[in-house]
Amino acid sequence: MTMLDHRESRDRRTSTDDYRPLPPGAGRLLLAAHPDLATHHRHLGLLPPLAQPARLLAEIDAAGLRGRGGAGFPTARKLAAVAAGRSPVVIANGAEGEPASAKDRTLWAHAPHLILDGLQLAGALVGARRAIGYVPAGPSTASLRRALADREAAGADPIPVEIVEAPDRFLAGEESAVVSRIEGKPALPRDTLRRVVVAGVDGHPTLVQNVETLAHLALLARFGGAWFRGVGTSGDPGTFLATVSGAVAAPGVYEVAYGIPLGDLLERAGGWVGRPQACLVGGYGGAWVPADAADVPVSTAGLRPFGAAPGAGVVVALPAGACGLRAAADITRYLAGQGARQCGPCRNGLPQMAGTLTRLADRERSPALVAELERLTRLVEGRGACHHPDGTVRLVRSTLRTFPAEIDRHLAGTCGQEPMPAAGGAR
Amino acid sequence: MNEALWYTGRGAGLVTLVLLTVVVALGVASRAGRPLPGLPRFATPVLHRNASLLAVVLLGVHVGSLLFDPYAQLRLVDLMLPFAGAYRPLWLGLGTLAFDLVVALVITSLLRSRLGATAWRRIHWAAYAAWPLAVLHGLGTGTDAGTAWLRAVTAVCVLTVAMAGAYRLLLPDPATGPLGPPAPPGNRDPRLTPLTISGPPR
Amino acid sequence: MSRRGARLHIDWTACEGRGLCSEMLTEILAIDDWGYPLARDGRPEPAVPRELVAHARRAERLCPRLALRVLPEPPPTRPQGGSQLPPS
Repeated sequence: MTMLDHRESRDRRTSTDDYRPLPPGAGRLLLAAHPDLATHHRHLGLLPPLAQPARLLAEIDAAGLRGRGGAGFPTARKLAAVAAGRSPVVIANGAEGEPASAKDRTLWAHAPHLILDGLQLAGALVGARRAIGYVPAGPSTASLRRALADREAAGADPIPVEIVEAPDRFLAGEESAVVSRIEGKPALPRDTLRRVVVAGVDGHPTLVQNVETLAHLALLARFGGAWFRGVGTSGDPGTFLATVSGAVAAPGVYEVAYGIPLGDLLERAGGWVGRPQACLVGGYGGAWVPADAADVPVSTAGLRPFGAAPGAGVVVALPAGACGLRAAADITRYLAGQGARQCGPCRNGLPQMAGTLTRLADRERSPALVAELERLTRLVEGRGACHHPDGTVRLVRSTLRTFPAEIDRHLAGTCGQEPMPAAGGAR
Repeated sequence: MNEALWYTGRGAGLVTLVLLTVVVALGVASRAGRPLPGLPRFATPVLHRNASLLAVVLLGVHVGSLLFDPYAQLRLVDLMLPFAGAYRPLWLGLGTLAFDLVVALVITSLLRSRLGATAWRRIHWAAYAAWPLAVLHGLGTGTDAGTAWLRAVTAVCVLTVAMAGAYRLLLPDPATGPLGPPAPPGNRDPRLTPLTISGPPR
Repeated sequence: MSRRGARLHIDWTACEGRGLCSEMLTEILAIDDWGYPLARDGRPEPAVPRELVAHARRAERLCPRLALRVLPEPPPTRPQGGSQLPPS
């Protein structure tokens, strides 16, 4: 064990000690979820009017609310940056391009009024002129439409909310891609020189906030920062929506507090089906946590030693019978195909990484493949308009770190394992 | 004195045509996405830019000397407005058009970073109109039109641009041609497991 | 500004890998497998030392895709961004 490992395991213990779980049977977003406005207001009351924006902003800051879309950026800082500009635009981002995530869809279906309360609150905080619900076609759009009609009748939306449909692409929810789509262009990421919070939709400062973040904001404004920090860890306060899938008995969306041991989260989803091997945490562009680390807290500090982060709350369980290299190769090929084809290093590097990893998974007996993968990750990292290449690099590096024995078996041509067994149950 | 202006105007016109030919050929070649043999990559656009600035200077001499030449009877308006001249209005007008286009190309190129690459590139397509106009203008007007040597120079100019075009079109462009290995069939979500959404506890 | 140097921003959505910048700024940029500029210092926005700022501005003007920008502040001392992980 290196010194680095020692330091990190100490970090892990600290954040575990710090963990305050949700009481059994309790929930925030999902318990406060009422799809119709009357029930929503009866249970939660009206959104308190915004008397002192600066005070609420300070409270959000002190509460430590972070973005739930994946990047985990502090919400108060983003709000303050957008509020500094002229006639801003606020966007509820529910595109959810990540295939292993279902939390945003769940929120649209069950808690549209929490999202819209949060959107109005964010709009009032930054002084927005335009508010937009960015949502995938289908049930989510229908739910949003219904909710907006109810709210219009009740006069609940001081800033009228427009609906813009999100295309079904991995990158559709990327911040600058959202802005492009709302301007009527293809949903593709943009160069980072002009930041979205400064010059987003039609040049206006723009707040692109994940719908779960907005829902938390709606509760935080009602019940206060101290309440918000009442569960979770000090570094990652509050709850989050976890989408647990793969080899678990009851895949689905669960609300838990940050810092929950990974094993406990899997128990919430019915526990492992078959012998555990590893979990993909954070999303397709996430990292693996081996099953023997089931006590690791799902928090920024807890997952850091694995190169992972809670991200958008995605956990995919890989059972012992499945080949980690095969699963990673499939995901990498998918990510390569979902690139925007704009930036040279990503457009060329991701397919090459996917191809190399697939050759390894196909038991091509060439040790050079591993070195080549490592070289490609260094070549691609940080060289694009968005973080799509970086996420793919994270997955590939984590795969090489997590499955060394698997790699040896593949190079020896002896891995007889099958890809992920098809789990039961239709979608 | 008048003779001197006349000779200067004719000479400068011919040199301008040759320089514009060099500019167009370098411009076409620099779009080929590969360096010219024996030159570093950055040399082609630098040569293109410097040759075009030189061409503009010579064009100024050409137009200026003929403006002050009493025999040519050019008015100031003939410099900007085509087909209004007294002397061979069609052939002179082609030259005026080419002059206007060259002025527009130079101004937009100097402002390129403000204009943005897309708008600048669209305007720059006008270069493909300016050069043939200049060639026709040279063939149809002036004292030297119809002489064998002028026709020979013109033929060499046309051949040069044609060769640059062939260099650009016939060799595969590494930048816009097939990009590395083909993208693997990865557009389908691996769908590790079908997801079911569990609703809120009731 | 130029007393402290600068940094180079590459608009990857515009860059077509024509390779002019890598030739002009060999001290700062190498070239990758596919012809695109590759920062020698490994940063997303490589540092431009003081004595190369004027030269970098020339490269900025010559980029056929206008994909290069010389930004006034040098990059932060710690390499920024990315998922640089400790080797296991």
